[in-house]
Amino acid sequence: MLYREAGQFKASYQADQQIFPIRQDRVGFALVLAFFFLLVPALANQYWLQAILIPVLIFSLAALGLNILTGYAGQLSLGSAAFMAVGAFAAYNFMLRVPGMPFLLALVLGGLCAAAVGVAFGLPSLRIKGFYLAVATLAAQFFIIWALTKFPWFSNHSASGVISTQAVVILGYAFDTPASKYLLTLSVVALLALLAKNMVRSSTGRAWMAVRDMDVAAEVIGIRPLHAKLSAFAVSSFYCGVAGALYAYTYLGTVEPEGFNLDLSFKILFMIIIGGVGSILGAFLGAAFIVLLPIFLDNVIPQLFGGLLSSSFSSNLQLIVFGGLIVFFLIVEPHGLARLWQIGKEKLRLWPFPH
Amino acid sequence: MEKMHRARRGAPLAALAAGLLIALPALAQEQFIGLPSYRVGPYAAGGSGIYGGWIDYMTLINERDGGINGVKLTWEECETEYNNARGVECYERLKGKGPTGNTTFQPLSTGITYSVLEKVAQDKIPMVTIGYGRTDAADGRVFPWVFPMISTYWSQASGMVKFIGDKVGGLEQLKGKKIVYLYHDSAFGKEGIPLMEQSAQKYGFTLKQIPVAHPGNEQQAQWLQIRQEKPDYVILWGWGVMNPTALRAAARSGYPRDRIVGGWWSGSEEDTIPAGDAAKGYISANLSGVGTGFPVIQEVQKHVYARNKGNMEDKNRVGSVYYNRGIVHGILTVEAIRTAQQKFGSGKPMTGEQVRWGFEHLNLDADHLARLGATGLLPELKVSCADHEGAGKVKFQQWDGSKWLPLTDWIEADRAQVRGLIEASAGAYAKEKGITPRDCSKEP
Repeated sequence: MLYREAGQFKASYQADQQIFPIRQDRVGFALVLAFFFLLVPALANQYWLQAILIPVLIFSLAALGLNILTGYAGQLSLGSAAFMAVGAFAAYNFMLRVPGMPFLLALVLGGLCAAAVGVAFGLPSLRIKGFYLAVATLAAQFFIIWALTKFPWFSNHSASGVISTQAVVILGYAFDTPASKYLLTLSVVALLALLAKNMVRSSTGRAWMAVRDMDVAAEVIGIRPLHAKLSAFAVSSFYCGVAGALYAYTYLGTVEPEGFNLDLSFKILFMIIIGGVGSILGAFLGAAFIVLLPIFLDNVIPQLFGGLLSSSFSSNLQLIVFGGLIVFFLIVEPHGLARLWQIGKEKLRLWPFPH
Repeated sequence: MEKMHRARRGAPLAALAAGLLIALPALAQEQFIGLPSYRVGPYAAGGSGIYGGWIDYMTLINERDGGINGVKLTWEECETEYNNARGVECYERLKGKGPTGNTTFQPLSTGITYSVLEKVAQDKIPMVTIGYGRTDAADGRVFPWVFPMISTYWSQASGMVKFIGDKVGGLEQLKGKKIVYLYHDSAFGKEGIPLMEQSAQKYGFTLKQIPVAHPGNEQQAQWLQIRQEKPDYVILWGWGVMNPTALRAAARSGYPRDRIVGGWWSGSEEDTIPAGDAAKGYISANLSGVGTGFPVIQEVQKHVYARNKGNMEDKNRVGSVYYNRGIVHGILTVEAIRTAQQKFGSGKPMTGEQVRWGFEHLNLDADHLARLGATGLLPELKVSCADHEGAGKVKFQQWDGSKWLPLTDWIEADRAQVRGLIEASAGAYAKEKGITPRDCSKEP
């Protein structure tokens, strides 16, 4: 009833091809943006901003990056965390070694370094596919972390290999409060998400999807697999790199190479599987699910069974419930949370009449 | 709530009995301590042992003494899974709880320590890192809010050199000897290298560094190399599964186990029991005493476990290496709060800022330790504005095939050497961050 597009005519190609062709979606999305940009910084406390929202945004960005590579271009990668590490350490070194380096430029340069490394490790994708490629990207994961630990130059000769980031100052304004850091992160993530959405709707994105669906057929219709695959690696690693730099600068403040281990790569992969492979919205939903659910369980389970369970058992129970919920969601909707949202929308269009 | 009622009813009676009717506490006073524990994952053995011991000690203080001068200790656990992001979430979640907020943060993870290093200074919560974390934070002038107490990694490395020196008949005998430093290839494993290199130069022994990639369950190549090098001693700076693997590989290649000296993260029951017979004779450093012989542990048995209020699911772990280290965490925290109360008001909950003062003025001499029933469980300790380490001593213990036996008394590190490295490193950090070190002569 409410969610009806009846009466909304598209008079131009432009109107037909916009991101949200239905007016209700446009209004809804504008409200969501206004909520997160205006209301949240005013209402949320430091705990919510610093410990919940900023990491969810950063992991959304990393998941978005992996989704471009795995979901859109069909190249399975287990190196996302390592590309995040490249972004973080590159941004740190640009800020450290170039006097007067603007933060946003360092962020972009960090992303570009990650993109370059990503392309290098994407080269095997021209020959190998599927699980074999996953193993090749695993090499990136181990090699990059090893290199960052091995060569002290990357961490400015810190004895422990840990870097501690510089203050974030843009045009004389210091981003040091949780709210300002949150807004900075949100702006970067929103901008890059918009870019990604447009990229996957353009010829680049269609080339990626063609290669994903069948690379021989894609080649026959004139898509260069070399170009498509490597550009997917570059763009994906760029996103992961920027996410890594934000992780270091707006979230933790100090990072160590071991923080970007294989566990984190798997976590990002789970985010896109739970959220929805090949969906921009899915990256956000998946990141929120994987980051928030364990915290939610850690709050709820001890309170529910407070006196009854020992703390070890309650900690293990959280993992059991978390794993169980993942299995449940995958059985109920193998295409991820984004697909659930899509089905919900289709149902809404018919509501309240079933036909 | 139940606790509060009991305290309200109990307090007037106690006061009457003593014939003292000075200002009665209007409300049960509580001191909140947030525990960022981890009881799942690969390091659960350490997390459950140390946090379990710590909770048992706080239960003892509440049960036996009715709190610290009447202030009950309360706590809440938050599961970090040894993960930095979860640790930060726990830090923020625990920060505002209790009447005076979280008063100390002790994450038992170097990664989490680094992640909240700058936040604790802003939020004014002292962070205590016993046997891990940032070594140069022992320079309290640059890191007022961080306390790497008892011993840092560099003190451990220095203590190991001294111990090996004793074994070969004096430090000067180290000349021409060969020591292999077998380490977990990570920030943690590399921590000991600067001091080892300096010591090698100073005493003239050859240092051979051999890294083991994480997680360290494959060490054939390394032990083959050790067999070729024929070192006099092997220092095992390992972590998790790397330790039993190293011991098994040593047994296979025939290297005598009593010439392997492990660090304190390589010296728990969880490291040796999986290696079976291969671990027999193995020596490791420790920063707390081992066994149930200490009066304080017996008090815990009597007041906590006999009343079925113990935290450990497996009661046999009471007295184990990690458990006793947890008791040490409890003792230091409680005594810091007590010290703070002496200055800022007995019987009141302390703020994080006041507890920081308490940690900085913590002075546990032999008498004090004896009163606590902890003689030998932890070394004598005197923290000051400049020195946040306090002791710089390690003990060595040997595995007899079924339990750890104490091998030496406290061995003091070469503190001048360690302090030199700490000040140089802390100074570089202060310069990079634009921090002006505190002037300790002006501190209250």
